[in-house]
Amino acid sequence: MSNKPSEYRLSTQGLTKHYPGTIACQDIDLTIQPGEIHALLGENGAGKSTLVKMIYGVTAPTRGQIFWEGRPVVLRSPAMARELGIGMVFQDFALFESLRVVENVALALPKREPHRVLAKRIQTVSERYGLPIDPEKPVGSLSVGERQRVEIVRSLLQTPRLLIMDEPTSVLAPQAVERLFETLRQIAAEGCSVLYISHKLHEIRALCDRATVLRQGRVTGTCTPADETAGNLARMMIGQALPVVNRPPSKVADVALAVNTPRISSGDEHEVGLEALSFSVSRGEILGIAGISGNGQGELLRLLSGERLAPSADAIRINGEPVGQYGVAKRRERGMAYIPEDRRGQATVADLPLTDNATLTAINTQPITQYGLMRHAAIQAFTQRCIEIYQVVCSGSQAPARSLSGGNLQKFVVGRELLQMPQLLVCAQPTWGVDVGAAAFIRQKLLDLRSEQTAIVVISEEIEELFEISDRIAVIADGRLSPIRSVADSSYEQVGLWMSGLWDSEGALNA
Amino acid sequence: MLDWPIRIVRRDRPLARMRYLSPLMAIVLMMLTGMLIFLALGRDPAEGFYTFFIRPISSLYGFGELLLKATPLMLCGIGLAIGFRANVWNIGAEGQFMLGAAGATGVALTFPNLPAFLLLPLMVVSGALAGMAWGAIPAWLKTRFNANEILVSLMLVYVAGFLVSWLVFSPWRDPMGFGFPQTEMLSSAALLPRILPGTRLNIAIFLAIALVAITWIVLQHTAIGFRLRVTGRSRSAAGYAGFSIQRAVWIGLLCGGGAAGIAGMTEVAGPMGQLTDKIALGYGFAAIIVAFLGRLHPLGVLLASLLMALLFLGGEQVQQHMNLPKSISMVFQGLLLFYLLGADLLVNYRLKWNG
Amino acid sequence: MDSGLIQEVVSATLLAGTPLIIAALGLLMNERAGVLNLGAEGMMSLGAVYGFIAALSFSSPVLGLAAGLMAGALVAGGFALLTITLQANQVASGLALAIFGVGLAGFVGKPYESQSLKAVGEWSIPLLVDIPWLGPIFFQQQPMVYLSWVLFGAVWWFLYRSRSGLLLRAVGEDPAAAHAIGRSVVGVRYLAVIFGGALCGLGGACLSIFYAPMWVEGLIAGRGWIALALVVFATWRPFRVLLGAYLFGGVLIAQLFLQGSGVKISVPSQLLSSLPYLATIIVLVLISRDSRRIRQHSPASLGRAFRADE
Repeated sequence: MSNKPSEYRLSTQGLTKHYPGTIACQDIDLTIQPGEIHALLGENGAGKSTLVKMIYGVTAPTRGQIFWEGRPVVLRSPAMARELGIGMVFQDFALFESLRVVENVALALPKREPHRVLAKRIQTVSERYGLPIDPEKPVGSLSVGERQRVEIVRSLLQTPRLLIMDEPTSVLAPQAVERLFETLRQIAAEGCSVLYISHKLHEIRALCDRATVLRQGRVTGTCTPADETAGNLARMMIGQALPVVNRPPSKVADVALAVNTPRISSGDEHEVGLEALSFSVSRGEILGIAGISGNGQGELLRLLSGERLAPSADAIRINGEPVGQYGVAKRRERGMAYIPEDRRGQATVADLPLTDNATLTAINTQPITQYGLMRHAAIQAFTQRCIEIYQVVCSGSQAPARSLSGGNLQKFVVGRELLQMPQLLVCAQPTWGVDVGAAAFIRQKLLDLRSEQTAIVVISEEIEELFEISDRIAVIADGRLSPIRSVADSSYEQVGLWMSGLWDSEGALNA
Repeated sequence: MLDWPIRIVRRDRPLARMRYLSPLMAIVLMMLTGMLIFLALGRDPAEGFYTFFIRPISSLYGFGELLLKATPLMLCGIGLAIGFRANVWNIGAEGQFMLGAAGATGVALTFPNLPAFLLLPLMVVSGALAGMAWGAIPAWLKTRFNANEILVSLMLVYVAGFLVSWLVFSPWRDPMGFGFPQTEMLSSAALLPRILPGTRLNIAIFLAIALVAITWIVLQHTAIGFRLRVTGRSRSAAGYAGFSIQRAVWIGLLCGGGAAGIAGMTEVAGPMGQLTDKIALGYGFAAIIVAFLGRLHPLGVLLASLLMALLFLGGEQVQQHMNLPKSISMVFQGLLLFYLLGADLLVNYRLKWNG
Repeated sequence: MDSGLIQEVVSATLLAGTPLIIAALGLLMNERAGVLNLGAEGMMSLGAVYGFIAALSFSSPVLGLAAGLMAGALVAGGFALLTITLQANQVASGLALAIFGVGLAGFVGKPYESQSLKAVGEWSIPLLVDIPWLGPIFFQQQPMVYLSWVLFGAVWWFLYRSRSGLLLRAVGEDPAAAHAIGRSVVGVRYLAVIFGGALCGLGGACLSIFYAPMWVEGLIAGRGWIALALVVFATWRPFRVLLGAYLFGGVLIAQLFLQGSGVKISVPSQLLSSLPYLATIIVLVLISRDSRRIRQHSPASLGRAFRADE
């Protein structure tokens, strides 16, 4: 392979980014050819997003050089990158909800253009690439899939020569993924390069021409993904074979959580209404709930955790006791524990030390207060136990939560909740953004807890994870919960299909 | 980022030392700016500095005045710090102070014959209750109607001013007072005993210090303090842990109002000796700065109240000796808070020279 | 009441509401960009005092207005440096500005307290003033009333019809997204804050040059805070600012009128004087109780600092 940058649409040489205390990217050499779909593969925390931020001008490299069509360039801002012809579709969308689609597009374009003309252009591009959108609709009223289309169309209107897609399929149902791939292939066929970021091996093997694999901030290989087995790619990505968890058969006992709620309408346009729910979870089993984010998971979690009260007391029962009208603290006193999705902003307070963060929920169940006074020694002991048993890497119990890496913080949160010996555990995305080793550790701890006769509800967007640990599985789509099936009786494909809300028609199909 | 000569770079962890250094930096910067102001006014900066910062405390009497002025500042400041910790922005301490003064005066005028050991505690309680009642209005409107507590508590300062003005113009006006808007002088049983001969210092300073100490214990060592700390840092973590934000609003405003009310009591039962329509001298607003400068920490509030008291005395001194308007002390107060907020950048960021 | 009296009261109401409109329009733009500046009271005070001094020294109300505008813009620039570049807490910085501004205005204005300006006459708009009954109310006013209308039109046009206004709204809603699509959040916010300060200064200058016309410590009397409340009441929309400001003007005039009318009423004057402040509270409560509406209209990033990664 030649190393002359001039042949490439974009290339980097020795691109390095150091943050205080961590090396995010080290000596990255990356080459992208014109018209190629190039995968950037790596675990969470491998340095993919830092690399992309440097290419898109968001972050300045510590050293190293970026070449654009053979010329060395210094990208000081996204504006400069866009001027060169680099477009980006963000994972969490850079869109303005209160503005209409056409206004969102107008803001990103360099020149002023009458909205009527622009709306026409949007329509043309969206038809050409099979990305139907209505330019006059406010973005706030669009689904996540539609928002992604807006972002893609917005990038395409600037006729980019490199389009960066950051984990684009995490918000899409499996069928929509196939449609997206067709669009991307069409874009590439017209000469635009695509840098496709993902950690999903099968997608990369299906779509990409070449792949650059990152691990711990370094390039561990470049390959043609279609020629490699998934196992080979995984080894390049994590440096070992995928760890497996030990899952003993379940011993189901009596019901710990029973939910029976009527329809709950949404509070405002940012919320999803929940249809009537009726399900129960027994001690010693894990119920997995799959679904694409933004389909009512947040609302369901708030309902189960007590952050939002149920319409009546007996709508939710813990060990038979009606708790629907109880808030978080009272439910915790009755044996509930809860691991939310957002570990930085919600499960912990970034500026406070781990001792305070342990106290946050332990205050409800552990003997760490007396006559309203804090027992600092008991808090210290509990925190220390959590750090040791859950292998939390930190500078000590006084370390502020913000100083922990994502994986270690999540281990700390899991440890804090599990050490309280809950009878019911509600958890969301327990391994999201966590490296493979820590993810396997956390899943094993959940399975161990199940063996100790705890009832567990896991809400996750990762189907593989749910199949690995759940006993029964259901899907939430648009605020509706599908029928619950035993994991043994379901398949990835079926759950994937259900994620679009299509379980009603299935009975008819099977009949 | 742009190629400016200095860049602001986030530290990988906050520099704890800076939390204590930045108030000191702010004080130095304020003093330097103060001298520049004197220079700009064509005055000798050394004389200005001496008159403002040294002269007020160069005598025993001055020292007594410093502690006397620090008392209401400490009381208001500690109350505000409790609320600010929970992100409850009570900026109406000035009004709560006036209500407290009025509440205490009401008791003193109603029971002129009670002995001091009964009357004074009763005045403290009624002052605190009146201040709390005034603080309860924004708390109720916030928790019930989501009305912004900053604006409501501030509006109530003006209303409190008119209320006190009505009291001293109409029902409580001293009939022998030549028509001045003031009550009669309180009986000696209603006055706080003085503790240092040759000064006007009274026992209220002990009350203030005791309240600071109690607050310290509550904030650092109780579950209530812990919950307030969490609520102030992260609403969503508080919701997750089941800590009530509504309750934090009530605690913040009631503590702020109660403490300011007690401060109002110490003013009528101390240096003023009566209620007038000029009872509030800006302690309630200055206390906002006291709370910030003291890092919302009780010990810090104690120290900051002394400094802020010095600024009040300095303002009076330059008015008296250099013939400059007293409001210069508010200029100094504002500058001090500006510099403090600017210097706080260095807690989480460091400056890096682009070489 | 006879018709002439009603004319007089309505006309005075428009006049009393005008400084509030000007200041609140500035604050509205400021907040639409996502920055909360609680220092309005300080900026108005400084605008009033410097405006008054300039108008007096140069015998020119126009130069006075310019001086007030610049004073407001200057301190707002300091506020912007503190909150946007140095990332200081916006609430605390705003309070500092309020305290500093009120204090400095009192300090600077002391020697001018006994002096007075010549009142500026009314301007009649030809033809329009001849509209029966309404003409004299709306079109025989002090120039600052017309100025406020022009500013209202300009702000409305900017926000809803111009591309820059679209950018301003976008930055206020989601600065991270604006940065991601290559827009300068810092630049937009600086300009918005300085514009807000300039209009607060101008509003203060109108008060001391046209309305009062004099300077005395405490002249602003909470109007800066009321202007802040007005922006909330208006749910960040210019037309409602106009409406709200005239409502307050009405309350202000009504209480003055009642106090001065000699009509024997059994209400203490202090209660009347506190009416504008009580009205502010009531209006805030009425508008805020619908928290959904507030959330829907308030700039989503209001009060939160933005910092791009480095």
